Amino acid sequence: MLGLAIAYLRDRALTTFLNVLLLALAVATLAILLLFSSQIGTRFERDAAGVELVVGAKGSPLQLILSSLYQIDAPTGNIPLASLAFLRSNRAVAQAIPLALGDQFQGFRIVGTEPAYADLYGAEFAEGRMFADAQEAVIGAEVARATGMGLGQRFVGSHGLSAGETEHDHAPFMAVGILQPTGTVIDRLVLVDVPSIWDAHGIHYGEEAAGEEHARHDEHESHQEHAGEAGMTPEITAVLVKYRSAFGAVSVPGMINRQTDMQAAVPAVETARLLGLLGAGVEGARIFAWLLAATGGLSIFVALLQAANAREGELALLRVMGATRAQLFGTIVMEALLIAVVGCALGLLLGHGALALAMGASDTLREVGISAWLLHPGELAIVAAVLGIALSAALIPALRVVRTDLAVTLARTR
Amino acid sequence: MADAAGTPEAAAPVLVIAGLRHDYGSAAVLRDFSFSAACGQHSLLLGPSGSGKTTLINLIAGLLAVRHGSIRIAGELMAGTPAARDDLRRRRIGIIFQTLRLVEALSVTANLRLAQKLAGRAPDEAEIARLLDEVGLAHRAGARPRALSQGEAQRAAVARALVGRPDLLIADEPTSALDDANAERIARLLVGTADAHGSTLLIATHDARLKAHIPHALVLTPIAAEAA
Ligand SMILES: Nc1ncnc2c1ncn2[C@@H]1O[C@H](COP(=O)(O)OP(=O)(O)OP(=O)(O)O)[C@@H](O)[C@H]1O
Ligand SMILES: [Mg+2]
Repeated sequence: MLGLAIAYLRDRALTTFLNVLLLALAVATLAILLLFSSQIGTRFERDAAGVELVVGAKGSPLQLILSSLYQIDAPTGNIPLASLAFLRSNRAVAQAIPLALGDQFQGFRIVGTEPAYADLYGAEFAEGRMFADAQEAVIGAEVARATGMGLGQRFVGSHGLSAGETEHDHAPFMAVGILQPTGTVIDRLVLVDVPSIWDAHGIHYGEEAAGEEHARHDEHESHQEHAGEAGMTPEITAVLVKYRSAFGAVSVPGMINRQTDMQAAVPAVETARLLGLLGAGVEGARIFAWLLAATGGLSIFVALLQAANAREGELALLRVMGATRAQLFGTIVMEALLIAVVGCALGLLLGHGALALAMGASDTLREVGISAWLLHPGELAIVAAVLGIALSAALIPALRVVRTDLAVTLARTR
Repeated sequence: MADAAGTPEAAAPVLVIAGLRHDYGSAAVLRDFSFSAACGQHSLLLGPSGSGKTTLINLIAGLLAVRHGSIRIAGELMAGTPAARDDLRRRRIGIIFQTLRLVEALSVTANLRLAQKLAGRAPDEAEIARLLDEVGLAHRAGARPRALSQGEAQRAAVARALVGRPDLLIADEPTSALDDANAERIARLLVGTADAHGSTLLIATHDARLKAHIPHALVLTPIAAEAA
């Protein structure tokens, strides 16, 4: 009876196409929302890597988190190098990792940091070793893949966080290590030590710089303004902090926000706020998509009911030809299911394809690191729900066909 | 096997109706009706409009339930649940209606293929091609039913009814809307193909033109008229 169902669907191709399209759009929307929200959620969680506090220049706490933890937004500014030692001297702080941002290589951020940063993400080496000296660089897996960079290769960073800005040709880096993929933000980073970043910007620093407290730290001064200027004081962009005990969460952020010119932002709080904002929009879109799916179901229902009425005589003929009630019931249900299956397949393809296209077109989406072709188990639930909708839409028309009195129908249709 | 002439079964009547009565509510349509058709025998079912021809055919085909009396087809009782009647119809009976002939969404060949499958036969493209050739539709095999002429569609319906190799081929008013030439053709085709397949033929009609082809006639008289 599958052949008959297909023949019937082909017979009213336009209606079939519209119903398929309706379901496909609903499924595509649902899939995109699901992939987007779930991947962003897990991405944020993984990229946070257990960092409990981010200390940086004053400004928007969300921006600070996005720029230094997730490597998406522009940094809020710089903080004196001495703040690192200041944080490390705090008894509640177990670990403090400095980050110096501001340069990029072919669109991938160069991060001045310490080896401990790679440990945060459990990054393993595919080749080579950790940077040990200035101008040595460790390449994230995605960077290596995209740029084709190999061990021992020299490259220069460009100033600014997006591709195509002025190059620091006086301070080339050399790749000494390539990381294995981790599925985290580190895949898209180039890691160097902090002094390398200063070198790139012509900032002079001495051995004593690390311990020295600097009087001048203007919070409005952005990193970009340092470009090429000599004689600047060595600064960093942010410090990632892990506490020794839960007590740190109570004392450290308040102390920093009150007693210093820096701000302390809690990743958990900021991402929850961001996901909350996104969530409201996502929820609205999700309701809309389910309405679309329901409309698709209703449209299938109307189409099948109409067809069942129009085909009353033909269905009676089929029964006379030897089709059982169950077979006719199956044919109608099959029509609905075929529409739903094709709609779901097309919808998933559309959804994933749209994500892939969007990522090709938007740097931000790529930086967020969504993988467009990853299947989410929730998509199965969407497919099951849409099949369920189609099934219930077919039920009444199918029952109607089964219940018809053959003798009466034949008498009427002849 | 279509040709079972040698077996004792073949000698037995294909259709035996005994003491059949049918009423719609209080209105009686058939009363104490009996009839027997031998294998390969062709009969016309004649009678004025309203005399109960369609009713009788529906009873034989199992579309209506037999309440009084009995109908046997190839020795099997046409009775019981709708499913049981469906099963007997599927295996033994081919039906051709005047206007309700083919599934519109399928080509002529696909219609025959479906009928073959629904009759529980193994797919046999060669037989389908042979049948279409026999009814003179080989060149229209891939056409949709709505692209066929009246006469072509009727011939396709004959082929469709025969593809299940029925013991009993029933046609209800197959010619009433056709001109003389086409009525003649259909009658010839029905008789010819039924003969070729060893099927027993029963045609309900008030079309006197068919008498020339099928001399054996069974005449129903309206019960209401009898009573008056
Ligand atoms: N479903 C029904 N309910 C009530 N009465 C019916 C029903 N079907 C048929 N009848 C009546 O039964 C009688 C016989 O009807 P039937 O259709 O068998 O006649 P027919 O011989 O086929 O007539 P025609 O030559 O016009 O097709 C008619 O009087 C008709 O009105
Ligand atoms: Mg009639």
